[in-house]
Amino acid sequence: MATLNVNPTRMELTNLKRKLQTAVRGHKLLKDKRDELMRQFLDLVRENEKLRAEVETAIREADTHMAVAGSVMQKEALETALMLPKQEVSLTVAEKNVMSVMIPVFDAKFKTADAGDIYPYGFAFTSGDLDDAVGALSAVFPKMIRLAEVEKSCQLMADEIERTRRRVNALEHVMIPRYKETIRFITMKLDENERSTTARLMKVKDMMLDKAHGYSQA
Amino acid sequence: MYKVAVLGDRESVGGFASLGLSVFPAEDAAQASETFARLCGGGFAVVFITEALAEELREEITRRRGERLPAIIEIPGVRGNTGHGMQSVHEAVEKAVGSDILRN
Repeated sequence: MATLNVNPTRMELTNLKRKLQTAVRGHKLLKDKRDELMRQFLDLVRENEKLRAEVETAIREADTHMAVAGSVMQKEALETALMLPKQEVSLTVAEKNVMSVMIPVFDAKFKTADAGDIYPYGFAFTSGDLDDAVGALSAVFPKMIRLAEVEKSCQLMADEIERTRRRVNALEHVMIPRYKETIRFITMKLDENERSTTARLMKVKDMMLDKAHGYSQA
Repeated sequence: MYKVAVLGDRESVGGFASLGLSVFPAEDAAQASETFARLCGGGFAVVFITEALAEELREEITRRRGERLPAIIEIPGVRGNTGHGMQSVHEAVEKAVGSDILRN
């Protein structure tokens, strides 16, 4: 493991120890964040899968009705029937904060409260299959909005989880070992200096005693 | 106040018009791409797009995935379904977990 390129001084050692402490705390926090995100993500993604299956089935069914309607009615008549909708959907978007991921919360509002307003045409000149198609789509619409909400949240959370996981791994496998290694290196170096100073002092003391009393001849 | 857009071929999106969603029929990739860029410009919180068209606009959709709005949701159309809508759910799981744990 490569140590950081620092001077082996006491000041660097203190700095590094502080950095290591921060890194360890950050690592713990990020790991908790990742775990909690993952827990919520798994719940959400299961719902996402279920909703999507339901919505897809319903839309396919509506499409079948629409195809039948298209075959019994003239193309122009069909288009005229659907051309001018009475109903209008507007969406308010709120935000929810899940572990600092902003996920959208959609709330759909209809312009008119009348459920019959989804049929913008007179029933006299249109096929009953068209009613079925529109009815089926209208029934699945709340689920489609929920699907949009859930699927978008899943995408955003998946991105965030990936990012968080990278950061956790970088701290765990790169930063923290590197700090530890460097701290070890500095400690060793300082200890070594200490020993060399002691040895030198002893040597000097010997030399001085020798000079004053001539011990070495004795 | 946001709106909901549906982008796809004429037959697939017709029904949604009567629900009060804003529909944008697009027949070819160039037209779809132009409309799609406009839809992402603002005013729309959700863009439903048929899988067939989504296939043509894959790059742009991927690019806009990380943005807060709009939510781009693939739905099956009358023809040309690729099943990519479900696949993208699995992709999200794979991205987050590391392996696709829903598929077993």
